[in-house]
Amino acid sequence: MEYLKKYPKLFQWLFLLIVFFALCFAIEVPETYKFIRGQAEFVKDPNQSVYFFLGKEVRYYAFDVFWRLPPLLGWLPIWINDSLFFLMNEWMPMEFWNEDTQEFKTRPLLLQISRNLTAFMTFLIELIREILLGGLETIVAFTSWDFIDAYPWLELPGLPWTIVAAGATILAYKLSGKGLALFAGLTMVYISIFGQWKPSMQTLSFILVAVPLSFVFGISLGIAAYKSKRVENALYPILLVMQTMPQYAVLVPALVLFGVGDHAAVIITMVVAVPPMILLTILGLRAVPPEVIEAGRMSGCTNWQLMTKVLIPTARRDILIGVNQVIMVCFSMAVISAFIGAKGLGFNLLLALNQLNIGLALEAGLCISLIAILLDKMSLAWANQQQDYFGNLTFYQRNKNIIFFGGSIVVGIILAYIGTFVFKDTFNYLFEVPHNKGISTADFWNKGVDWIFDTFFVYIKAFNTWLIVDVLQPMRALYLRMPAVATLVLAVGAGYLIGGIRSALVVAALTLFIALSPWWDRALVTLYMATFGVVVSCLIGFTVGTLCFQNKKSAAFMLGVCDIFQTFPSFVYLIPVMMLFGITDTSVLIAVIVYATIPATRYTIEGLRSVPVGLHEAATMSGVNKFQRLTKIEFPLAFPHMMLGINQTIVFALFMVIIGAFIGTEDLGQYILKALSDKNGAGIGLTLGICVAFIGLIFDNLIRTWVEKRKKHLGIA
Amino acid sequence: MSETVIKCESVYKIFGENAKKMLEESNGNVDAKTFQEKGCIVGVNNASFEVAKGEMLVVMGLSGSGKSTLLRCISRLTDATGGKIFIEGQDLLQLNNKELIELRRNKMGMVFQSFALLPHKTVVENIAFPLQIKGIKTEDSISRAMEMVKLVGLDGRENYFPRELSGGQQQRVGIARSLAVEPDIWFLDEPFSALDPLIRKEMQDEFLRLQEKLQKTIMFITHDFDEALKLADRIAIMKDGIIEQLDTPANIVLNPATEYVRKFTEEVPREKVLVIEDVMDSSNKDNLGDIKVSKDDIIENVAEKILTQEKIVGVVDSNNNIIGSIKPSTIIDTVFGGRKNYS
Repeated sequence: MEYLKKYPKLFQWLFLLIVFFALCFAIEVPETYKFIRGQAEFVKDPNQSVYFFLGKEVRYYAFDVFWRLPPLLGWLPIWINDSLFFLMNEWMPMEFWNEDTQEFKTRPLLLQISRNLTAFMTFLIELIREILLGGLETIVAFTSWDFIDAYPWLELPGLPWTIVAAGATILAYKLSGKGLALFAGLTMVYISIFGQWKPSMQTLSFILVAVPLSFVFGISLGIAAYKSKRVENALYPILLVMQTMPQYAVLVPALVLFGVGDHAAVIITMVVAVPPMILLTILGLRAVPPEVIEAGRMSGCTNWQLMTKVLIPTARRDILIGVNQVIMVCFSMAVISAFIGAKGLGFNLLLALNQLNIGLALEAGLCISLIAILLDKMSLAWANQQQDYFGNLTFYQRNKNIIFFGGSIVVGIILAYIGTFVFKDTFNYLFEVPHNKGISTADFWNKGVDWIFDTFFVYIKAFNTWLIVDVLQPMRALYLRMPAVATLVLAVGAGYLIGGIRSALVVAALTLFIALSPWWDRALVTLYMATFGVVVSCLIGFTVGTLCFQNKKSAAFMLGVCDIFQTFPSFVYLIPVMMLFGITDTSVLIAVIVYATIPATRYTIEGLRSVPVGLHEAATMSGVNKFQRLTKIEFPLAFPHMMLGINQTIVFALFMVIIGAFIGTEDLGQYILKALSDKNGAGIGLTLGICVAFIGLIFDNLIRTWVEKRKKHLGIA
Repeated sequence: MSETVIKCESVYKIFGENAKKMLEESNGNVDAKTFQEKGCIVGVNNASFEVAKGEMLVVMGLSGSGKSTLLRCISRLTDATGGKIFIEGQDLLQLNNKELIELRRNKMGMVFQSFALLPHKTVVENIAFPLQIKGIKTEDSISRAMEMVKLVGLDGRENYFPRELSGGQQQRVGIARSLAVEPDIWFLDEPFSALDPLIRKEMQDEFLRLQEKLQKTIMFITHDFDEALKLADRIAIMKDGIIEQLDTPANIVLNPATEYVRKFTEEVPREKVLVIEDVMDSSNKDNLGDIKVSKDDIIENVAEKILTQEKIVGVVDSNNNIIGSIKPSTIIDTVFGGRKNYS
């Protein structure tokens, strides 16, 4: 009884667990139950039950409601799909002037908007792409095909790679100095001589459109939300869902709305990249000290000046993190959107992975990572730039970068011209090294992979088998063994214990949505993989973070490593694991673990760092040793921040699990991938995406609520 | 003193949803307690005063007394709930946004407790900021800012970032920035409160030196009574949004209007605050010694001179006319006791 009074929470949790397990044991597995491998809605099995809602037919295998809830939301994907088609093809037909045929044409409004948007995006991408690579679409966009036939010399010639490389180097030098210049130069040379020039420039043109657009949209919406509570309230739920929505899932609706190609990829990339930018803009603007705003006002700033010269620069730190996120997401999407026909490195990477040509995939992956890091560093340096008012510079000093660039253009053109003589019979390597004609290390890597397989096959196989048979399969079976009712009780109970009735209701709604969708079993598989990944990631992340924290240098080093790893597009993580473990669940899980360990480590270090120095000293003066200080002082105080790390870890893990569907897993991701090639896939893809997002949001809600309470309790809110 | 620069007529600032309506209903009798029960917080309660050109008014009060709120009403960083404020005869509350910006760009400067420097700009850029906002060319604004850098003694540090400076240096930047546009009215919101005592004293002296030179109209907010005594031409003491007393330092020390004010004055070393004129005997002008003191001398500075005389010392005004006398015993009374006489 005394214990009960002393630790009431503990006993509440115990009680919840007892109820959960009691339910698990009380509810038998129905004899007819089996994990459905195919897509139930296409199989006309007489054992299936059927119901109609809103005129949509939903087929499913019925079980005892305690075991699995019936898919009462099964109509939703079909309905979303039909609605989308209706909106696109039938809603609000209007007369539009058609430039090509010189007549009015009736088209649905949304279709027309989509077409115009598409044309605009295509133009932007093609413009940059043709400056870099040459082509005639841009000129045609202003004139016509007949015109370009008459004046074929108007075709944009494209820049020789030497000029682009020199330009990147000079820009890097101007922004940040020798170090970055060297990195930029080496990256460009690497890309060129390894024959990745064309796809790299295609990816770059995609990025150069997607990043600025996402940035502008993100920061504007962020400012709007900062200024108006109403806008914020309207945006917030969408932002939350978008933050945890897997990137795969948004591809499918984009396919329906905008078709296939780079333009659709850019639009959908913006949809994914804008939410973090908005959130970080709001966060940054909120954190500007009120006195700084007042100082701006008293200096006589207009509202516009206050925003551009005071608020945004002062909130720079958070906004820059936002830009960093935008760049990350854009590169990530540059790969993923190859699924909907974006050209460039991502397409090559996917192709290579599909053919199991690990060497080629590695080269493409390295290229894309290098460009990502380069752009990230450049954007950072750009934001931190400084002006020198006092240097008494000569004309040459002031303009040396421009002079150098001008010089490099001349030299580049001359070199390219010489190239036409030197490489008369082959390709002009001084203009552009064609794809697959550069140096390739692919064979080397492929042989390496073969060698690893030949040499370590036994060990890898043994490890693989052990992991799958002794750990993963039982764990998966356990998750699938949970009756729906027991899971609901557990989730809602946890919500109630952590955040009271409000949290319980939110969690209940989110869980019910998944339980009533047709993919509850799949969601459980996703959950099991994510759980495994998160647990291992957290163990590694906490250990590594804590160890690195013991020394200032190693902590800074580790944060730097985290920064670089985070810049890699998520897909790239699949390459090395496929090298080692082939196409198995193990590969996916290891990719998940590597990817999700980043936030776990980062937040551990940051959390430990945030413990006030005064407490350190107080602890040292009361004579604790290092270990005691860690366990008694630092961990308890850093724990709330570390929990936020777990939150991020969960989101990262879910992302990777879904991407892992590419290797072949049997979870929600598999269905999302399937939906991509299904003409009725938009509704399915979107609903699946929402399911994954909701899994993330359930944990997000619980963890955030807990952290807020804990912080208040510790007085560090 | 001559023309009035700042004029407040029963200014109210009440925070809360129905503040305006409640104020109208109360007919000017605002009681903090009843307002609080209805969910409103009274920031400034019926403040009326004037500040003349070149005068320094120090508003003194503890935290939560409404002194910063009052300042923000007068700079219109927040809109007063009721009352009228005139800046050089212009009705502040009637100004539209554009006129307000013009007023701030040309007439007002403000210094903040936490310095409020822009973290991404260097010292010289921070100081040039209000000039650039006005649209002055970069070169001109930078050269003007460099003058200000010299004025506050930060030469050689113009390219530092705020984070690389000490608190005292940062506040020098804040002061320089607020003076860059040559404002007529200078608001200082607890400018020295965040500084160490030694630096604070140094900054106060520096501030007096500047004011000697610039002769601005100043509203200075502080929670430090000693600071108020040292700097002020007049002091307004605030409590719970109400101005308890507004008078010269000497009068406040000699005649505290309320019990609250008296508490502050108790510990004050009056020889440092009072001048000869405050304690002299103006009826007796005879039988004086050779030594004379000026009526504006602070007692502490001339105490030794007076105490070493056997005869009564004469007091002269600026034209060297004798206007009264002072006995050594008066000095002893002032310093060591006789407080009852004044309270």
